[in-house]
Amino acid sequence: MKRKITCIICPKGCEIEADNTSGELVISGYACTRGKRYAETEVTCPMRTLTTTVRLPNGRMLPVRTDSPIPKSMLFECMNRVAEIKLEPVRYAVGDIIKRDICGTGANLISSSSWDPVAGI
Amino acid sequence: MQDGKTEEMNFEEKTVDFRYDIVIIGGGPAGMSAAVQAYEDGSRSILIIEREKRLGGILKQCIHPGFGLEMYKEELTGPEFAARIAAKVREYGIKCMMSTMVLDVDQQLRVTATSSELGVFTVQAKAVVLAMGCRERPRGALNTPGTRPAGVYTAGAAQYFVNMYGYLPGKEVVILGSGDIGLIMARRMTLEGAKVKAVCEVMPYSGGLARNIEQCLNDFGIPLMLSHTVIEVHGKERLTGVTIAQVENVPGAGRVPVKGTEQYIPCDTLLLSVGLIPENELTVKCGIKLDPATKGAAVDQDRQTEIPGIYSCGNVLHVHDLADFAAQEARIAGAAAAKRVRELDRAEKEGAVEGENEPEKKIRIGLKTDGKVRYVVPQFITAREDVNVFYRVSDVFDAPQLTVTVENNAKDADGSATGEGTETLLKKKYLKLAPGTMQSVTLKKEMLERCTDGGTIKFGLS
Repeated sequence: MKRKITCIICPKGCEIEADNTSGELVISGYACTRGKRYAETEVTCPMRTLTTTVRLPNGRMLPVRTDSPIPKSMLFECMNRVAEIKLEPVRYAVGDIIKRDICGTGANLISSSSWDPVAGI
Repeated sequence: MQDGKTEEMNFEEKTVDFRYDIVIIGGGPAGMSAAVQAYEDGSRSILIIEREKRLGGILKQCIHPGFGLEMYKEELTGPEFAARIAAKVREYGIKCMMSTMVLDVDQQLRVTATSSELGVFTVQAKAVVLAMGCRERPRGALNTPGTRPAGVYTAGAAQYFVNMYGYLPGKEVVILGSGDIGLIMARRMTLEGAKVKAVCEVMPYSGGLARNIEQCLNDFGIPLMLSHTVIEVHGKERLTGVTIAQVENVPGAGRVPVKGTEQYIPCDTLLLSVGLIPENELTVKCGIKLDPATKGAAVDQDRQTEIPGIYSCGNVLHVHDLADFAAQEARIAGAAAAKRVRELDRAEKEGAVEGENEPEKKIRIGLKTDGKVRYVVPQFITAREDVNVFYRVSDVFDAPQLTVTVENNAKDADGSATGEGTETLLKKKYLKLAPGTMQSVTLKKEMLERCTDGGTIKFGLS
């Protein structure tokens, strides 16, 4: 089967072609090795970085993301798990682990911003 | 104020409360980057004025990845990208006035601002950098027929509610406009449990990045309806649905709905992602002329406006595709502001008379477009050095050629250019050009040496 894949690695958005008609997976049309790797996983197990938010004790939201891509099919399962997280009124910094190995994906949910409980921002 | 005289009197009465060499208006990616560059170029008296409590501007609510690939060669979310630049601002000890709103910038480089802490106060600067960013085009600018119920938001407003406060504005959503913010919000609303029924785009192509169509729409099976628009809004108190229809381009009449293609989509929320407009109230009030194509100030290669000492950069100058590009442009303005301050200080030390120490600009070469090229930045060039010119096209063009020509001025004021008449400076072929992707070409010093003072460089597509 031949498949056209729009690369999501960078804003260029290359049109990559994945072809396994010969029995072997042939990737063409990529501009970098990251694009080639993206196309390879896209035809086997599509992976996405999840970015979302977790509620802070003061009602505002802390932006979070997975520190590595997770299977696309698990995005909603992880969203449900994230909704259950209760944050303590402590300081958070960029990169702090909020939830280890979320839903057994092997990826950690990390903070992508900072928050100070005293200042409330 | 009824006439110019009253205004002038007010200016005279202004007392200066603070003095800074460089005052930067706006603490988003552009403002912070301008400050960081000015510091790295030796300035130590820099003030950032930001109206919110926290640095970062719009990046605070852009929790999705896709930032930093140009600047840091790694993919960051908006808050992470902002935090990187903000860390530099803090490391350098650059003064930031938060929760402070700038009310006025005048041509004498006095910035009037207000905060609950200080009240109304004035800062005298030697250089002012405008970095106020942009705003979304509101619904009023669209004139969509129908009622005016609750449930119609700009995509950015919805993004603010969801990402900053955790409020979901609605459950069944139609998005009008396929700009990147609209696409990002289609995914965000879907992940948060809303059903996004369609993204309508009036143009036959999307203005968003291909990667965003892929990962925000295709990943979730959200249809992108090209050449479609909302022709009616329904609902009395809350939105109950929208009527959409296909549009066709009728010469002379623009894009008009095609009869028989109307479709009713029940929904409780309509998000608008219909473009961004630079936020230039302060610029206009200051008497700086805007370029009607960019809706930002007209600037030279240093991002200096027509008013000496006032610079403009980032999305307030022209809307960029990526925050990285806005930040990189701001470094040009920051460097130029620092250079101006150095020159003013040197002139002062050497005892120049006040008012005569404005750095002299020698030449002026205008940059014009043919309409197919919609705009260029900078709009004029005042020094013959390598200049990176950014431009955007007005439509999708297949296999176009960009031609840059100069129409030399017969009366060359400074007499140092070698060219005469009309000359072609450069030609560049592209596979494809689209309005959604900003392009750039470099006008080399050697090319500009062929351009006379008062001449015009034309950007055209064929």
